[in-house]
Amino acid sequence: MAVLDIRGLSVGYSTPRGELRALRDVSMMVPEGKIVGIVGESGCGKSTLISAIIRLMAPNARVGAGEVRFQGRDLLAETEAQMRALRGTQISMVFQDPMQTHNPVLTVGRQMMDIQYRERLSRAEKRQRAERMLALVGIPDPEARLNQYPFEFSGGMRQRIAIAMALMAKPALLIADEPTTALDATLEVQIIKRLRELQDEIGCGVLFISHHLGVIAELCDEVVVMYAGEVVETGSVRDVFHAPAHPYTRALLECDPGHIKVKTRALPTIPGNIPDLVNLPGGCIFADRCERRHAACAARPTMALAGDGHRAACHLITERETA
Amino acid sequence: MLSFIFKRIGLAAVITILAVSSLFLIVHMIPGDPVSTMLGPRATPEMRAALEARMGLDKPLIAQIGLFFANMLRGDLGMDVFSNRPVSEIVLGQVPYTLVLILVSITWSAVLGIALGSYSAIHRNSLGDRLTGILSVSVIAVPAFVVSLYSLLIFAVKLQWFPAIGAGDAGNWGDQLHHLVLPSLAIGLSWVGYIARLVRASMLEVMGEGHIRTARAFGLPERQIVFGYALRLAILPTVTVIGVGMGFLLSAAVFTEIVFSRPGLGKLVIDSITTRNYPVVMGSVLFSTLIFVASTTLADIVNAILDPRIRAGK
Ligand SMILES: Nc1ncnc2c1ncn2[C@@H]1O[C@H](COP(=O)(O)OP(=O)(O)O)[C@@H](O)[C@H]1O
Ligand code: SF4
Ligand SMILES: [Mg+2]
Repeated sequence: MAVLDIRGLSVGYSTPRGELRALRDVSMMVPEGKIVGIVGESGCGKSTLISAIIRLMAPNARVGAGEVRFQGRDLLAETEAQMRALRGTQISMVFQDPMQTHNPVLTVGRQMMDIQYRERLSRAEKRQRAERMLALVGIPDPEARLNQYPFEFSGGMRQRIAIAMALMAKPALLIADEPTTALDATLEVQIIKRLRELQDEIGCGVLFISHHLGVIAELCDEVVVMYAGEVVETGSVRDVFHAPAHPYTRALLECDPGHIKVKTRALPTIPGNIPDLVNLPGGCIFADRCERRHAACAARPTMALAGDGHRAACHLITERETA
Repeated sequence: MLSFIFKRIGLAAVITILAVSSLFLIVHMIPGDPVSTMLGPRATPEMRAALEARMGLDKPLIAQIGLFFANMLRGDLGMDVFSNRPVSEIVLGQVPYTLVLILVSITWSAVLGIALGSYSAIHRNSLGDRLTGILSVSVIAVPAFVVSLYSLLIFAVKLQWFPAIGAGDAGNWGDQLHHLVLPSLAIGLSWVGYIARLVRASMLEVMGEGHIRTARAFGLPERQIVFGYALRLAILPTVTVIGVGMGFLLSAAVFTEIVFSRPGLGKLVIDSITTRNYPVVMGSVLFSTLIFVASTTLADIVNAILDPRIRAGK
């Protein structure tokens, strides 16, 4: 069964120009114990998707349709109190910017103990747990460091602390929004390795968002490619990266000479821009930038099976079959 | 933390020395000889001779300043021209009245202002927020002496809820408190509005920061997020503003003390200026300076307690 199963999710932001349709009919899954990566350019709705899952959305956001099933329960139908009970226990988050993640005026120990407020443990026991967790993510001398403030840690250390906090409650689902984008490459490798080990141990499902195709290839079991608020391709990392079915995915990979073992850590740039999400064009959302655009593309393609468990939203797939 | 406090007190000492030196120089630069300036026109020749000798007016200026400080440190601020009592004794007799008035005013207005500001930020754009906003802006615009006069007319003269003049019987706490209500209302009212606006703005900023989102993503109760995680950051600017605002509080106290005929530094300054009693003027201004320096220092120390980054000098 899937820990997370998103079906037909649409989210819009009300803006002075009209409704910005940030997510349209998004469906995806995180199978139990698997790591699923999401790739896509900036602005394609990755953060919006996450905020809709844990229901911490911007005040001007509105869910139009869809379901977010977590262990079978539709999170969009839960009360706020039920959601709060899930956050930090069953579903945990690691955010992008480690310099902004922690409260600057409280010690790391205090923050790590505060998030255990639901546990029936003594202060000493909570502290010990925090200490063990810091040691697990590779922070030396954790006992002393619990008394320090976030500004006394480097960015890499702070992201380790964020991971420690997120995994402390052994959640069923960990969501990480570009957790290594703000770090340098060596740190990124170390942190990804540690994350993989810990995930193995805890057995949680992970939704991992990254700009870095190399990291996705290294870390993830499955990958979801998003473009301008839609899912355009899903499948195992192997299938998607070795036999991309959507021209957008192909363009991303072709821009990478070393293919998956990319040196560049930013997502490769492909010519053109994401379409205006307030005034959406009709037909295929990628048509403007697509090299393979043809007559059929004036109609919106649906997700089609490109292989076993490998789907993409492009007319070429169905045409290939029928041809 | 201790080293921060010591550094900050050292800085305060330097500021005090500079401020007092300028005060000294200003008195010396007033046209005419400093002795008649300081003693006023009604001084007797004996008084002039005594002061000239004590101030060492034949010595170079720097030595004179040194002497002034030496006297000051011994608690010798000169003699009242009329009563011939030590200035330090006269001023110290008045300082507590002003201090109590200012502290009570700023305390109630800070508590109320922080509460209203937090409420406004959390219930942003609600009816309560809008009302608080309108009221805040209106009270900010009203000067303390206007509030003094009107509250005196309404609550003391017409309704007779509160006494109109004085500071209450010595030793009778209830009576003194009763006498404090209207003056501290006058001084604190505009601060309520000011602090409410300030706290609202910084609270909104803090609530939008990443760490608040983290706290929410861990399911922390909203109360704890607001009061334990956000407020502490949101009041940092307010603490600084109150520390620096001591100057405004002092000048508001001057007007208020006069309207309510309360004893205090303000009334002392005005009385001694009108009678050209310069040693007392100097003494009062000196104490106002000390209060100001102490309050900014205290504000910095409070901020350092609240924010470890300030402690570390980051
Ligand atoms: N609060 C908001 N109000 C209006 N538009 C928003 C808001 N947040 C995000 N958007 C828009 O929604 C789209 C998706 O944004 P986001 O989910 O942050 O993308 P990503 O995380 O993939 O970079 C972008 O066009 C962005 O400008
Ligand atoms: S549907 Fe047409 S335009 Fe869209 S990606 Fe496929 S080929 Fe390109
Ligand atoms: Mg994002």
